[in-house]
Amino acid sequence: MESLYLLIPLSAALVLLILGIFGWAVFRGQFEDLEGEAERILDADCTQVDADQVAKTSGSKESGH
Amino acid sequence: MAAITNPSVGSLPPRSMGALDTAPSEGVYTDTVVRLFSLAAVLWGVVGMLVGVIIAAQLTWPELNLGIPWLSYGRLRPLHTNAVIFAFGGCVLFATSFHVAQRTCQTRLFAPKLALFTFWGWQAVIVAAAITLPMGFTQGKEYAELEWPIDLLIAVVWICYAIVFFGTLGIRKVRHIYVANWFFGAFIIAVALLHIVNSAAIPVGMWKSYSAYAGVQDAMIQWWYGHNAVGFFLTAGFLGLMYYYIPKQAERPIYSYRLSIVHFWALIFTYMWAGPHHLHYTALPDWVQSVGMVFSVVLLAPSWGGMINGIMTLSGAWHKLRDDPILKFLIVSLSFYGMSTFEGPMMAIKTVNALSHYTDWTIGHVHSGALGWVGFISMGALYHLIPRLYGKTKMHSVPAIEMHFWIATIGIVLYIAAMWIAGVMQGLMWRAVNPDGTLVYSFVEGVKATFPYYVIRLIGGLLYFAGMLIMAWNVVMTVKGARAVPVPIPAPVQPAPANLVAPA
Repeated sequence: MESLYLLIPLSAALVLLILGIFGWAVFRGQFEDLEGEAERILDADCTQVDADQVAKTSGSKESGH
Repeated sequence: MAAITNPSVGSLPPRSMGALDTAPSEGVYTDTVVRLFSLAAVLWGVVGMLVGVIIAAQLTWPELNLGIPWLSYGRLRPLHTNAVIFAFGGCVLFATSFHVAQRTCQTRLFAPKLALFTFWGWQAVIVAAAITLPMGFTQGKEYAELEWPIDLLIAVVWICYAIVFFGTLGIRKVRHIYVANWFFGAFIIAVALLHIVNSAAIPVGMWKSYSAYAGVQDAMIQWWYGHNAVGFFLTAGFLGLMYYYIPKQAERPIYSYRLSIVHFWALIFTYMWAGPHHLHYTALPDWVQSVGMVFSVVLLAPSWGGMINGIMTLSGAWHKLRDDPILKFLIVSLSFYGMSTFEGPMMAIKTVNALSHYTDWTIGHVHSGALGWVGFISMGALYHLIPRLYGKTKMHSVPAIEMHFWIATIGIVLYIAAMWIAGVMQGLMWRAVNPDGTLVYSFVEGVKATFPYYVIRLIGGLLYFAGMLIMAWNVVMTVKGARAVPVPIPAPVQPAPANLVAPA
């Protein structure tokens, strides 16, 4: 069953990658305010843009923290 | 970049841009590519389901092969699966992922020209499939039939898709990545990996190649691909739709956002290992079959968690289901999702599989997922999305959506009920033995007994196809004469007071 030597390491590597991304999400505060995030997409005008995130992704000088 | 010097641009659409929002404007969403993919999805839905009806008729009356090789069942069947999964389903996923990512990240698409390339590249793949499959060019791998030149094009388009999608997440203006994007992201990464590994082949000519793997190794790779194509293309991707369009259409937040996060991580941890259940009682080692079976049964938990989460979004507002046919599509799709994710793990249990495998029960199972879950969630999302892409709030005819829903639902029920009965009957006939050990029924007796169920299945398929035609008419009437209205991107709220919580 040589194909398992490909598939199992591949799947295991994937699990490690998933764990890594999960860790990133947890420690970067992705899950801080879950109910608020669920509500946000319903905002008719969707005006609640995060100013600090805008600063980060636009490469602007104003910094969030 | 330009928006930094002009942060108030979001408050009104820049007139000079007009409909040409593919131009690198920070002020409006990149919706042209979303429109193109949405309309293409409807077109390919009609084509793919028509081919499905044709092959259902051919199974009932084989004379309908007409003695023409290009129209024979063996060549049209992969055309049907490719058209409905990758052309219809694929276009729906491209359209909705590009739409949802922009709206939830409050930014335009990253590299809009590359996004437009993914559209034309994907259409080229579809046309190439529609030409080569009837000509008989195939790698012979289910759901991965396309020959190597087309596979290469798919890989290129898919990598561009990943660049556009993850690039868009990268330039997001909202700190939190909405759960739908997690599902879309997992789907894009997994499909890239599956496609590249499974399509590895040695070309021996322009339209002929041999798989890089042989025998049972090839079978294992193929069903690792095949099952995860179901898990990530047809499940994770469409769950992305579910987590955005159900709350939007119901105008209520998802029942439990916390559960949606658990749903996501549990699903992607578990799915990768379930593939061997497609190879029960084959040359595959027994322990690998058992691992596949166990993981398949475990999958029931996250699947049902997600289904309950979606349906309970309407908790306290069930009346909306009575008046809104789009919500009917979306919520009933989840009940089919729940049904087929219960049926799937059951069929993955070896003793059940001994009866169900190779029978039409499998076809019934696939179609309760495909017609009920993938089809309905797509139609619901498109009915929500298409009018909004053309500056309207609803489709040309709401009663037509209602009619579509009922015709399609009756079609699905006829289809899957016929296939369940046919499948169990076939399984029982094949395993029936006389006291002296000989078979009670020859194979062809099973085929003969299936005939009435094939007729019922064809009727079910015709109804579902008729529903799709109603949708196509409704879409044409909605879009005809309508203008593509650019939607402005909101400007950031400068003070950002309570929102700015420092990560612990």
